[in-house]
Amino acid sequence: MQIFPCPSCGDRPDAEFRYGGDARKSRPGRDCSDAEWAHYMHQRANTRGEALELWQHAAGCGRWIEIRRDTANHAVVATEPMTR
Amino acid sequence: MSALPRKSRYSAWSLLREGLRGQGGWTPAWRDHDPEPAYDVVVIGGGGHGLATAYYLARTHGIRRVAVLEKGWIGGGNTGRNTTIIRSNYFNPQSAALYDLSVRLYEGLSRELNYNIMFSQRGIMEVAHTDAELESMARAANAMRISGIDIELVSRQATLALAPLLDASPHCRWPVRGALVQRRGGTARHDAVAWGYARAADSLGVHIIQGCEVQGFEIEAGRVVGVRTNRGNIRAERIGMAVAGNSSVMAEMAGFTLPLQSYTLQAMVSEPLKPCLDTVVMSTSNGVYVSQSDKGEMVIGGNLDRSPSYAQRGSFRVTQSVLATLVEMFPAFATLKLMRQWGGTVDTSPDNSPLIGPSPLPGLYLNCGWGTGGFKAIPAGGTVFAQLLATGRHHELSAAFDLSRFATGELIDESHAGVQH
Repeated sequence: MQIFPCPSCGDRPDAEFRYGGDARKSRPGRDCSDAEWAHYMHQRANTRGEALELWQHAAGCGRWIEIRRDTANHAVVATEPMTR
Repeated sequence: MSALPRKSRYSAWSLLREGLRGQGGWTPAWRDHDPEPAYDVVVIGGGGHGLATAYYLARTHGIRRVAVLEKGWIGGGNTGRNTTIIRSNYFNPQSAALYDLSVRLYEGLSRELNYNIMFSQRGIMEVAHTDAELESMARAANAMRISGIDIELVSRQATLALAPLLDASPHCRWPVRGALVQRRGGTARHDAVAWGYARAADSLGVHIIQGCEVQGFEIEAGRVVGVRTNRGNIRAERIGMAVAGNSSVMAEMAGFTLPLQSYTLQAMVSEPLKPCLDTVVMSTSNGVYVSQSDKGEMVIGGNLDRSPSYAQRGSFRVTQSVLATLVEMFPAFATLKLMRQWGGTVDTSPDNSPLIGPSPLPGLYLNCGWGTGGFKAIPAGGTVFAQLLATGRHHELSAAFDLSRFATGELIDESHAGVQH
């Protein structure tokens, strides 16, 4: 069991959270090229080390948060409410 | 058929001779080389796929100036961490053709490599727990049979006859409705696959270089011409990477991204016990699978951990849910002690199919994205990747798995397969 800090609820078990993807990714506009869309759809940064990730406190307050987490050792470095 | 020097061949006679003279005459199965400044082909990654690629480059294509660079020791990554299951029951024809080539090559591999990989075609079965699941299995079975895969949908009675320890009581948690059976499937000794390919490749002149970590690429005029390693720079005409969970890390060094996400896949073994399960049992809906090793241990696997990871370490929650489900399916296993549990880093792709082909960096080629099922694909992966590295052109079976499919949308969706091994 790992403890994830939720900005609203405080320290909670990680089982309450759901991974939601790479927080640095932004959806291209409607006028994007096929290549840009394919890149957005399929390419992943897949960082080894500190990654900024989206998580939802699904079994808690329901809030989406950004977690900076080290994928090499699972350490949670920082947690922030969603910035966008 | 094999080009192994006669003196190093294993046989009943060599076993007897060494048994009589105190086992003193065995020579190392392969040599650990220091890197030379240049090769025709450098293969990054000394797992099953990398070693098989090197072997087929030398044997099929006659390219002998080949180096396999392994940052740790050969077969120490996912090749040494998987649950050794071999099967070809895939839904799409492109996948069925590729994975069935692999099963056929595995069937002849002990003889070809002169190394006992202990391929045991004990059959594999996916158990259906509901009628809806049985119907979806019938659809899958039809698709596979059109592709020429020997798959059978069997009754509840036949399923229980194949695995009598499955819980068949009236109010059990996971009722048995039937199963999808591939009798040619089975298990092999994973280390032996790596070691067998290493030995055969070495005897054909391939350099196996352990403790050699690639730290960057040498690029000239937009083309990769070599690698930078902790043991010096090595030039090569063509470079292939077969580094599974670390593919994205290597891609970043080369200046591109891949449609891959790395996750932990766990496996575990129980204490050894007398033979009681002579097939591989999987539960697709539970993501649990089990087989019994020749040593007697129950080899158990489950679903992916749910957040991206390079830690080679899974969460206790997944271990617990896998084991809880397993003992509900096999009540007799509840008394077993667990001996070991571990994790590997698997590179999953959006359509659960591998990426094989040229990378965005000319001169660098990809063999990755096998996700949870790379072990079963080793002989086929090596065959098609060797052809790609030797000629620069796809093998007919690998063209569909090119990276370009993510731009064209011609995905080969195997996500229905569900079970991960």
